[in-house]
Amino acid sequence: MTLVNGLRMPRDCDDNFIHQVETESRQQISKCYQCGNCSASCAYTYVYDYPVNQIMRLIQLGQKEAVLRSRSIWLCADCQACTTRCPCNIDIARVMETLRFLSVEEDTVSIKNIQLFYDEFINSVKIFGRVFETGLLAKYNLKAKKPFTDIDLAPKVLKKGKLPIIPHRIRGRKQVSDIFKRFEDYRNKKNID
Amino acid sequence: MSQTAKRIAYYPGCSVTGTTVEFDQSTRALCTALGIELEEIPDWNCCGSTPAHSYDPLLGAALAGRNLALAEEMGLDIVMTPCPSCLKALKEAIRKYEEKQQSFLDILQMPFSGQIRAISVLQMLYEDIGPKTIREKIRYRLTNKVIIPYYGCLLSRPPEFARFDDPENPISMDKLLQAMGASVPEFPYKTECCGAAYGVTQNHIVGKMTGRILDMARRLGAAAVAVACPLCQQNLDLRQSQVNRYWHTTFQMPVVYITQLLGFTLGIDPKKLGLDKLFVSADDLFKEKSEPLENQTQLKSA
Amino acid sequence: MRIGVFICKCGTNIAATVDTEAVARKALEYPDVVYATDYMYTCSEPGQQEIQQAIEEYDLQGVVVAACSPRMHEVTFRRAVEKAGLNRYMFEQANIREHCSWISKDTEANTRKAIDLVRMSVEKLRFNEPLFSSQVPINKRVLVIGGGISGIQAALDCAEGGLDVVMVERESTIGGKMAKLDKTFPTIDCSSCILGPKMVDVAQNENIRLYAYSEIESVSGYMGNFKVGIRKKATYVDWDACTGCGLCMEKCPAKKSFDGFNEGLDTTTAINIPFPQAIPKRARIDPKYCWYMIKEKCRICQKICPVDAIRFDMKHETVVEEVGAIIVATGFDLVDHSVYGEYGAGQYPDVITGMQFERLVNASGPYGGHILRPSDGKEPKNIVFIACVGSRDPSIGRPYCSGICCMYIAKQAILARDHIQDCNCYVFYIDIRAPGKNYEEFVRRAQEDYGVQYIRGRVGKIYPEGERLVVQGMDTLLGTQVEVDADLVVLATGVAASAGAKDLAEKLRISYDEYGFYMESHPKLRPVETNTAGVFLAGVCQGPKDIPASVAQGSAAAAKTQALFSRDTIETDPQIASVNERMCIGCGKCIDVCPFGSIQWKTLRDGSQKAEVLDTVCQGCGLCNATCPPKAIQLQHCTDDQILAEIDVLCAGERHG
Repeated sequence: MTLVNGLRMPRDCDDNFIHQVETESRQQISKCYQCGNCSASCAYTYVYDYPVNQIMRLIQLGQKEAVLRSRSIWLCADCQACTTRCPCNIDIARVMETLRFLSVEEDTVSIKNIQLFYDEFINSVKIFGRVFETGLLAKYNLKAKKPFTDIDLAPKVLKKGKLPIIPHRIRGRKQVSDIFKRFEDYRNKKNID
Repeated sequence: MSQTAKRIAYYPGCSVTGTTVEFDQSTRALCTALGIELEEIPDWNCCGSTPAHSYDPLLGAALAGRNLALAEEMGLDIVMTPCPSCLKALKEAIRKYEEKQQSFLDILQMPFSGQIRAISVLQMLYEDIGPKTIREKIRYRLTNKVIIPYYGCLLSRPPEFARFDDPENPISMDKLLQAMGASVPEFPYKTECCGAAYGVTQNHIVGKMTGRILDMARRLGAAAVAVACPLCQQNLDLRQSQVNRYWHTTFQMPVVYITQLLGFTLGIDPKKLGLDKLFVSADDLFKEKSEPLENQTQLKSA
Repeated sequence: MRIGVFICKCGTNIAATVDTEAVARKALEYPDVVYATDYMYTCSEPGQQEIQQAIEEYDLQGVVVAACSPRMHEVTFRRAVEKAGLNRYMFEQANIREHCSWISKDTEANTRKAIDLVRMSVEKLRFNEPLFSSQVPINKRVLVIGGGISGIQAALDCAEGGLDVVMVERESTIGGKMAKLDKTFPTIDCSSCILGPKMVDVAQNENIRLYAYSEIESVSGYMGNFKVGIRKKATYVDWDACTGCGLCMEKCPAKKSFDGFNEGLDTTTAINIPFPQAIPKRARIDPKYCWYMIKEKCRICQKICPVDAIRFDMKHETVVEEVGAIIVATGFDLVDHSVYGEYGAGQYPDVITGMQFERLVNASGPYGGHILRPSDGKEPKNIVFIACVGSRDPSIGRPYCSGICCMYIAKQAILARDHIQDCNCYVFYIDIRAPGKNYEEFVRRAQEDYGVQYIRGRVGKIYPEGERLVVQGMDTLLGTQVEVDADLVVLATGVAASAGAKDLAEKLRISYDEYGFYMESHPKLRPVETNTAGVFLAGVCQGPKDIPASVAQGSAAAAKTQALFSRDTIETDPQIASVNERMCIGCGKCIDVCPFGSIQWKTLRDGSQKAEVLDTVCQGCGLCNATCPPKAIQLQHCTDDQILAEIDVLCAGERHG
C-alpha cells in the first residue's frame, strides 16, 4: 500500500493522470461527493488497502502512484454493486477497470499472482483460441510456485470428467492471434504517440 | 409463451465446456424439450472475460466481437450465453460499437453491424418461455422444497447495461421456481458476489463470500440453491469443501442450475442434465420424482 | 420632435469597453436629436436631475437613455422624465450594458454596436406616442391557498391588518405538516403547542373565512380583481351542525380505513376526525372505506349522531370568491422511498420515514407516543437514521438538498434517546447542514450530550436477518465498512413538491421549476413574489425550507399584499393592445388566439362587428398583433411601425469598418 502522507499543492497533484482516467473511463470523477455508498456496497472492502471511495478521492487529488500501485484495483471483482448504487451516476466499476489496465501499462501491478493468472489465461486464448483450464492451472501452479493449488479438488474433478486432458484448438486460431497482433500494434502505436 | 422452433445463436463460453459442463448439457437438453433451436456459433473463441478486459477492455471487446460477427454471419439476431461474464463481454463489444470506437473495429477487422442482441439463459427462460408455460408443461413438481434463488452479481446489474429484471431484488428465477411448485423464501443475498474468479488466486475470498451465501441458505431451511451462473455454481458447489474448511463447518447444500431443475420437472432424463456431475449430491432433491401430477387441468386452474 | 440622448458610463461597467463620448457625439447627427451627452451614473440622483434639467433647458419632447437593461431602471427613468413634465412613454432605454459592454472586450466593436443600438432607440422614439393608464378599483380581499404554518401566518398577518382573508385548505384540517410533528428543532418545542393557538386564531378570527377540505377549481381575472372557483369537496357530514364530539368515530365499525395523518402506520375509522386538535374539528367520511357507501350496510353514525349531522347524499359544491390578491402556501410532500430497492423498496415494516417516526413519537400517534417497531410492537434497542434519502441524488433526478433533514434527524435521535433508556442511535450522514440560529449547537448536543453515534458515510444496503435488520454502511473517515444490527431504521426522506402543484400553477398562471417548486420573481431579491402580478408565494412550495423561514415568508407575502392594497385603485398598464375599428375586418382571429380571453366582440351602430380589447385583462403579449391580417390591432408602445422603424434604421445603417 502506497501511503499518502502529506500533500503539497499544486506540486503533488498529477493533473494528467486525472485527465487520463476521465478520458479512458468516460466518467467525470469530479462528480463524486464522497458519500461512501460505493464502499458501503462493495463486498470486497474488507480485503482492499484503499476502500473504493478512497480510490476515487485519490484520483480526485491526482495521486497516480497510490492508485496504480494499490491492491484494491486488483482485488476488485467487477461485481457492479458500486455502479448500481452510486447516486451521482458514476460508473465506478468502469473506473476501476480503467485503473487496472493503466497499471498494466505502467507495470505497477500490485498482486503478482493475479497478474500471472490472467497472463496465463490470455496466453491460452492466444494459442488455442479458448481457455484450456487444465493447462492454465498447471502452468499457473508452476510459475506461481504454488504446486498444490486446488490439488484437494483434483480427484473428484477428474473422476467426474470435468477437466479435459487435451486442449480444444479452434480452427480460427489464426484469426484470434491476428486480433492479438493488431491489438499489440495499436497499443505500441499509442504508447509512442 | 413458447415459440416453436425459435432459432437462437448459442455461445457456450469456455467454462461450460470445461469444469461446468453440466450447465451446457442441461441448457441444450432443456432447449430441445422446449422447442428452441440452439445453433452453436461455429468455431467460437474465448471472449477474454475478466483477464482480457483487466489487461485492456479493447482486447476483450475485440475477442468477444469475433463471436458476434460470426453470429451475424449466421443470420441470427439473438445470441444467448449461459455465462453472465461472457454476456458482459459480448455486450461490451456491442457498446464499443455503439460508442463508435474506431480502434475496436480496426482490431476486430470483421464485418459487424452491432444489431445483434445478447441475452442470458435466464432471460431467455423468463421472457421467451415464461413461468406460465413452465407451469403448464411440467410433469413433476418440487412441492415442499425450499429452494433459494441465487442470481449473483452480473445478471441484473448495472441496470442500464443489463436491462433485465431488478438490480436490487430480481424475481425472474423466483417466478420460475414457483412455477415448478417450489417454496421460495425472501433471500437477502440474491445479488451478493460469490467471490468471482478468485478461487485459484485468492481462495480465502471465495471461502468468505460463498460461505455467507450458503450459511444464509442453510438458515432459511433450503433444500437446494438454484443458480444461473457457472462461476457461482463452481464456487458454491465445486469449492464447497474448501468453503467448509474456511468456515469450519459442513455445508451439505446442493447447488443446481435452474436449467437442471427445469429439465428435471419437465421429465428429461437426469443423465442428460448432468446431475451426476454435481460435487454435492442433489439426489435427495430429485429422489421424489416418482410423484407424477394427478391432473394437468387441476394445475392449470391453480 | 426634440430628442435628448444620454449615454451612461455606469462607472467602468460600460465605459471600460464602450467609448461613450463617441456614441454621444454620433447621436447628435440623428434626425430630431437636439442634445446628447454621456454621464457617469445616470440612474443616480444627480444623473436624473441632469436629465430633468436638460428637458427644461432644451425643451425636449422625448428622451433616450443608453445604459443598463430596462429591467433594472426603466421604471426609474420613466418616473424621472414624468416629473419633468413628459409623458413617461416618451422615453426609450437602449441596453448597452448586458447587450453590449458586458459581452465583449473589443472596444471598437462594442462602440459600433452601441451606436447602432442608440440609433434604433432614437428612431423608435420618433414613432412613440404618449400613453395614459386608467385606474381600476382593487378588491381588498386576499385568498390564501394552503393552511400550513406559512399560510396560517400569512392569513393572520393580513387579518391583523384589517384585510378580509379567504383560506382554502385541501385536507379536512389546517396545520399542514407541522401538525404532524412531535417536537420542533432547535428548541424542542412541542409542535402542536406552538401551532395550536395559531390554528385557533385562524378559526376564530372574524376576518378569516376558512374553506377546509376544499380545492381551487379555477382562477380568472387579474391583479386586484381575481375570480376564484372553489370546490368544496363532500365530507358527507354537515359541518354547520357537527360539534366534533367524536361519538361517530367511537362507534364506526369500518376500522380499516387508511390513516393518512398517521402516515399509514395505523388504521382509522371510515368516519373520522384526523387528530384531537384539528381545526375545523369536524368529522368526515372516507367513501372508499365507509360500509354504507360501498355496500349499503351500517349507517350507525347517522343513528347515533346527537345533532343529526350525517348527510350521505352530500355532493361536491362550487363557490366563487372574488379577491384582489392570492398567496400560495401549498407546502410539500415527502419523496417516495420505494424507489430504493436496496432499502427494501418500502416493503420492510421496520424501515420507516422521518414523518412516520414523528407520528410514533407523538403522544397522539398510533402507539400513544411510544417508539415501537411496526412489525412486532417491541421497543427497539438499536435505531439507525439514514440521511439524504431522496435528496442530493442525481440518479433519481433529485440533486438538491432538502435543507431540513440533518436537523430533524438530530432532533429525532435526541427524542429517541429520551424515550428509550439505553437505546443506541446511529446516524449515517454525508454532510451536516445546520445553518440557522442555534442549529449547529443543536447537532453538537445530539452527539456530545445525548451520545448519538454519527457515522460519516452512506448506507449501501439494508437486509433482514431474523427479526432484525442489518444496515450495511460505510465510515469514510476511517475507511471501513460499518454494519449495524438495527431494530428500527428511519430514512430521512427528502422534500418534494406537493401533489398537484403543477396543475395549480397552471390555473394560477405562475411558473414552476423542474421539480414542481414555484418560481419566485428573483432568487435573491424577490423571494415571495411571482412574475404574475398579484400572486405571492410563501413557504416550502417555493423551495425546501424550515419553519422559521416559512413563517418569515408568510409574513413577507402578507406585507406585499398589504402594500398592494395600500391604495384603493391600481393603475392599468397602457402597454396593451388596441383596436383601430376602421381597419378591423371583424375576422375574429385575435379573439381565437388571445390566451387570456381579453378580446371580445363589439357591435357598432351600423351593425358591423369589431374586436374590442378589455384593457384590464390584456397582458400585452402581442399575439393578436402578430395574428391580425390587416394589422388593425396594435400593441401600444410596441406597434408594427415602431418595431419596423428600428429594423429599417439598423439595416440601412452605415457599413462600419
